Amino acid sequence: MISLLQEAATTAAEHTESVASSVAHGETETTTGLPQLDLSTFANQIFWLVVAMVVLYWVVAKIALPRIGAVLSDRQGAMTGDLMAAEEFKLKAKEAEAAYDKALADARAEANKIVAANRAEIQKELDAAIAHADAEISARGAESEKRIREIRDSADVDAREVARDVAAELVRSFGGTVDQAAVDQAVDSRMKGALQ
Amino acid sequence: MATEAHGEATGLSFHPMDQFIVRPLFGDGPVHWYTPSNVTLWLFAIILATLALLVLGTRGRGIVPTRTQSIAELSYGLVHKMVGDIAGKDGLKYFPYIMTLFMFVLFANFLGLLPLAFTVTSHIAVTGVLALAVFLSVTAIGFIKNGAHFLDLFWVRSAPLAIRPVLAVIEVISYFVRPVSHSIRLAGNMIAGHAVIKVFAGFAAIAAVAPISIIAVVGMYAFEILVAFIQAYVFTILTCVYLKDALHPSH
Repeated sequence: MISLLQEAATTAAEHTESVASSVAHGETETTTGLPQLDLSTFANQIFWLVVAMVVLYWVVAKIALPRIGAVLSDRQGAMTGDLMAAEEFKLKAKEAEAAYDKALADARAEANKIVAANRAEIQKELDAAIAHADAEISARGAESEKRIREIRDSADVDAREVARDVAAELVRSFGGTVDQAAVDQAVDSRMKGALQ
Repeated sequence: MATEAHGEATGLSFHPMDQFIVRPLFGDGPVHWYTPSNVTLWLFAIILATLALLVLGTRGRGIVPTRTQSIAELSYGLVHKMVGDIAGKDGLKYFPYIMTLFMFVLFANFLGLLPLAFTVTSHIAVTGVLALAVFLSVTAIGFIKNGAHFLDLFWVRSAPLAIRPVLAVIEVISYFVRPVSHSIRLAGNMIAGHAVIKVFAGFAAIAAVAPISIIAVVGMYAFEILVAFIQAYVFTILTCVYLKDALHPSH
């Protein structure tokens, strides 16, 4: 490659000889037009390039890249950690929601149970009260009926008494003798139809 | 290809190639191999720029990056992904070398765009050494990793047997042309862009043409910023492609 460049340099030099000879080149001793083809500076460029590349490689490979790589992996780690934590929190939130739902359902069931129990109790009391009232009512009714029957019976007896007395008096006042048995029989037979 | 052409009648003077001259940094003596030159100065400027971006910029080591740190992480990610995608997982072992190359070419191109700067990547001595280093190390890796199987790279098994020898010759030639194209592409782009800017700037001496000339320089400059990045990217991506060929030579 170097020989190729040299060849190019010499041909370039031939072509530009007339121009180059008329121009003073100052500090550079080149005879070619293109500074890139000035072989006298190659050693200098290559030497300093090698030095610079060694230093640059050291800077990049030993300081810069490990540091940037560490920063990037740290960030990746932090992001992964955060995402995992978020996932965990989400799971916890879900659990909490489920627990809340369950507590709510439990409370509702409990409330229903209490309501049902209360209702049953009240119903029982109510039934008892109604039964009691019914018993009372029927007892009172029976008593009233008994009283009515008594009254009716006594009225029957009274009426029979009055009728017997009245009949005896009527018989006496017409001058007859009172046959008590006949009177009783007559009264009884008349009363049979009237009462009852 | 004249370096300097004096238009004596118009007062125009073009020195588009003067910016590429290698000069001693101190005094006017000859340029020996050890002489600190403008090449030395700008090479170390590249190192300082890389230090500033990749080391100083990331000194916070923040989980939430600063602006400079995100640029450093971006360039890390760009090259890391490039190596992983092209050369494969086993190519990541060479990531630091490729990152060094990328940062070097990138900052050489960008710093070269500063006014009065010297562009080290505009010299085939520099790009040639870089390309040769890539070529030689990639070839060595190829033979060490694959032994004689590395030669499968030149023996295209997917082609009919009859034309394989022809293809092999072509493949071998193209293989050895790689460092040449690899280096000339970068240096050529840099030389051309910088020279064109200088030529446009030279026209600014004529008052009537000056506005057009300045607009042209601005446009070229913007274009050169693009080229500076693209050429660094291309140089790196080609290195990855060559590395891939060395690691997985079969077609």
